[in-house]
Amino acid sequence: MNERSVSNFEYAPALESTTIVNIKSEYGLFINGKFVAPKSGKRFATINPATEEVLAKVAYADLADVNLAVSAARSAFTKTWSKLPPAERGKYLFRIARILQERAREFAVLETLDNGKPIRESRDTDIPLAAAHFFYHAGWADKLEHAGMGTNPKPIGVAGQIIPWNFPLLMLAWKIAPALATGNTVVLKPAETTPLTALLFAEVCQQAGLPAGVVNIITGDGVTGSHLVNHPGIDKIAFTGSTGVGKAIARAIADTNKSATLELGGKAANIVFEDAAIDEAVEGIVNGIFFNQGHVCCAGSRLLVQENVQDEVIEKLKRRMSLIRIGNPLDKNTDLGAINSAAQLARIREISDSGDLEGAERWSPECELPKTGFWYPPTIFTGVSQSHRIARDEIFGPVLSVLTFRTPQEAIEKANNTPYGLSAGIWTDKGSRILWTAQRLRAGVIWANTFNKFDATSPFGGYKESGWGREGGRHGLAGYLKGGN
Amino acid sequence: METKVRIDVKKTYKLFINGQFPRSESGRVYEVKDSKGRFLANPAQGSRKDLRECVVAARGAFSGWSNATAFNRGQILYRVAEIMEGRSDQFVAELIAQEGISASAAKVQVAKAIDTWVWYAGWTDKISSISGATNPVAGPFYNFTIPEALGVVAVFADGKPSLLNMVAGLAPVIASGNTAILIASEKYPLSAITLAEALATSDLPAGVVNILTGKAGELLSWVGAHMDIDGVDASGLGRKQLTELKVAGAENLKRIHSFDEITSPLRITSFMESKTVWHPIGV
Amino acid sequence: MIVDGSESSLKKYLRTLAPVDQIGAEARAAMLATRSIKTTSKNWAIDMAITMVDLTTLEGADTPGKVRALCAKAVRPDPSDPTVPSVGAICVYNDMVKIARTELDKNGGQNIPVAAVSTAFPSGRASMEVKIRDTKDALEDGAAEIDMVIDRGAFLSGRLGEVFDEIKAIKEVCGSRAHLKVILETGELATLDNVRKASYLAMLAGADFIKTSTGKVSPAATAPVVLVMLEAVRDYYKETGVRIGVKPAGGIRTTKDAMKQLVLVNETAGPDWLTPSLFRIGASALLNDLLMQRMKMRDGYYASPNYVTLD
Repeated sequence: MNERSVSNFEYAPALESTTIVNIKSEYGLFINGKFVAPKSGKRFATINPATEEVLAKVAYADLADVNLAVSAARSAFTKTWSKLPPAERGKYLFRIARILQERAREFAVLETLDNGKPIRESRDTDIPLAAAHFFYHAGWADKLEHAGMGTNPKPIGVAGQIIPWNFPLLMLAWKIAPALATGNTVVLKPAETTPLTALLFAEVCQQAGLPAGVVNIITGDGVTGSHLVNHPGIDKIAFTGSTGVGKAIARAIADTNKSATLELGGKAANIVFEDAAIDEAVEGIVNGIFFNQGHVCCAGSRLLVQENVQDEVIEKLKRRMSLIRIGNPLDKNTDLGAINSAAQLARIREISDSGDLEGAERWSPECELPKTGFWYPPTIFTGVSQSHRIARDEIFGPVLSVLTFRTPQEAIEKANNTPYGLSAGIWTDKGSRILWTAQRLRAGVIWANTFNKFDATSPFGGYKESGWGREGGRHGLAGYLKGGN
Repeated sequence: METKVRIDVKKTYKLFINGQFPRSESGRVYEVKDSKGRFLANPAQGSRKDLRECVVAARGAFSGWSNATAFNRGQILYRVAEIMEGRSDQFVAELIAQEGISASAAKVQVAKAIDTWVWYAGWTDKISSISGATNPVAGPFYNFTIPEALGVVAVFADGKPSLLNMVAGLAPVIASGNTAILIASEKYPLSAITLAEALATSDLPAGVVNILTGKAGELLSWVGAHMDIDGVDASGLGRKQLTELKVAGAENLKRIHSFDEITSPLRITSFMESKTVWHPIGV
Repeated sequence: MIVDGSESSLKKYLRTLAPVDQIGAEARAAMLATRSIKTTSKNWAIDMAITMVDLTTLEGADTPGKVRALCAKAVRPDPSDPTVPSVGAICVYNDMVKIARTELDKNGGQNIPVAAVSTAFPSGRASMEVKIRDTKDALEDGAAEIDMVIDRGAFLSGRLGEVFDEIKAIKEVCGSRAHLKVILETGELATLDNVRKASYLAMLAGADFIKTSTGKVSPAATAPVVLVMLEAVRDYYKETGVRIGVKPAGGIRTTKDAMKQLVLVNETAGPDWLTPSLFRIGASALLNDLLMQRMKMRDGYYASPNYVTLD
């Protein structure tokens, strides 16, 4: 018999080439169909969080720039976009979807460079979902009278849209596609640390022949965002980000006629019952908290495991976690990429450290972290209870808090015991239990025997302090139609 | 001395069955003249055996097509529109010749046909939002209704505007996952085959659409009596023919519908079945 | 003892196994299929895969000539390159075992075992006497490995005790002369839950290897099936300290397919299983594709079938 010495199957580096992207040294603001210099001339750098190298300098939009962008959007709405037959509006969106598909690889590489997420995820998840989101909404443009929103639904006007850094292009798609399909025009501000795919998207708008001013993209920081929120020329705000900022926006627009949709934070419970398909549940736990480095508002950041299977589940979970490959996001075999910024890394550390201080037990597999860039190993805390800070605060990183429950009723109570209500997971082999549990969970998105599944047709949004309104699906149109939300 | 003359290469109009372009097994063709009575072409005259082959192909393709994701079907239907757009000139020329309409009227019809195709492409992943439901039954049960594709559907499309009618018949039928057999207009058959060429080059799986040219009246009774055809769009039939179809179709309770509107979600839902599922809610 | 040999204790135990979620298992297998194996790791993996190939011919039309040619190929897969390792085993019908063993011994293949299919392969539809005779014939002619089939009819109709007893009986016949692979014929078992149950049943009854398929039924060694079997041997080892091998067979034709199998092993049962004594691949056409890929890695350009021997 042939006997070979047992050895570790080391995967050699399998790097995705970056020659497909052409990053400029500096960018302007995309206003009224063209790239223009910022009025103040100010620019700021965006870096690759895996290496800390500067990728480009992007423009800083101040109040004067915001005014320009909103005027352009208003003018486009009144003179062009609202006058276009709905079917023709839809065709622009179909064109955008097709171009995103054509340039998919380019977008994926750029997203990984700017965000730090693994190329496998940007290639297989972010970009395809973004293209599909445009494709889906393109088809609604001329069918709004069938959407259950009234017989003659009308757009709101000009939407101000502010998106986060965790899924830059996908969040852009979730905002722009429904807005345009329903007849609105937009001014969108990408996140400070991830502007590049939004700026590349502006090129796609040009390639698609989208009329000038329908989409405007202004880069900047929180101050830029607040100018946009407070601008009298904006009819509606769409915001995805932290609950704190969401509440500030709600207060800021209280004395106006502006409507808002808010996609805010979460602290989702991932509930594993004793009769779950354990191996698949472990995959679901890992996916739930380590996908996208845990930078996911709907992350399953609290594992609620039935006490009588706790040992088996944790043991399998730890074994599975030791297979997670952390490293160069451009390597096709990387599972866990870089933390998006120094600030976010500091926040993750601060909250996780409270776990140690408050008596929970930390565990991470042994892994070698790169010397430059921002990194955090996949981490679980066991022995966590509801009163621990790591069970209540959104960490937004690859850190899982493990709690136990004895009965299904107790699982429900613990799962709902939070001001958040974005998502939840249910793992059991029993159909009626899935439905019973789903019926009782106060969460807007519930995954049973799966997790982190997104689709353009599937409405997404939260209960309670996880926000207002839904994105995606027929329900997601409501936020962009008069009288809808 | 030679004159500068170029003789064009005329197209042969054959049937479209299972992704291929065969002649009729009967060997028959029939003459089609243009609106001024001049010879245009000899398209195949489909026989009952050709129809039989169409049904076999359509039934064979049904499982794959109805189980494809709605997104995938939408992508493919949109691609058909892309290909049609590229062939606009050919469609326009054929309509001018057959229907005797002006160039501008032909262009309007072709544009409308393409836009109608795009309209239906955008429905694939939305139809269950408006036609499905969760039903609040009076008990601890989760109850939901899902619309599902019916099966093999025959489409009779006739009369002017010929291209638009055929698109309005075909696109909604296949959008939901049905497979189709189009019986082309007897008088204006050529656009059907050019449409087949667009279908054949746009990732549409073989057998999803099959197209027969020929004498619709002759094929009518065979369609009506075929036990493996589930539904018929009879919009292109006159009263007498419709009655004949309904009588024959009663044998396997074919779902037979006619429509007035070109764009309507009813053209999709009429060829779907609704399935309602109950499941207890309990721990 | 996990089970006491009775059908009721066996059924009780099998009922305690966690269910398998089909979509979740398929998703895990699909994710592992995205692993990109390049350069040094690809070189290592190709050679490892070659040593794991059970080079197979199981046709009604097999002749001594065909079997002899296969044996020559097994010893020297690429006559132009002596660095290519020889394969894991030769797999033939039991009336070809003597010819294979003789040819291998003549050819420098003394270290290559002959595996024989037995127990009325591939259907398994015969009496126990015939199945035992089948096995003894192969062993007497020099087979060092027996690939038996389970009685799928008995499994699907709930006569699990019968399935168990058959495996136990064949294992006794093998004794220490041969290792026993138990073919589950996963394509006929239809669900991943059944694959998990059958895997455990076979291991409890004494299998040294659990094998996916006869290669005569499609689907054969799909990734989710192999995943579930690797999970079974992993968990069985945890519970008993005994390592059981896994052999996918059927449908593995290209180097890419083989790489995916090795990744499945690596990230499910673990690197300890990356050895021919615990993982084999039942294949025939695969070997030449591995050789062509090996040539490409060595020479830097794509190879042609003209440069690898038919047999």
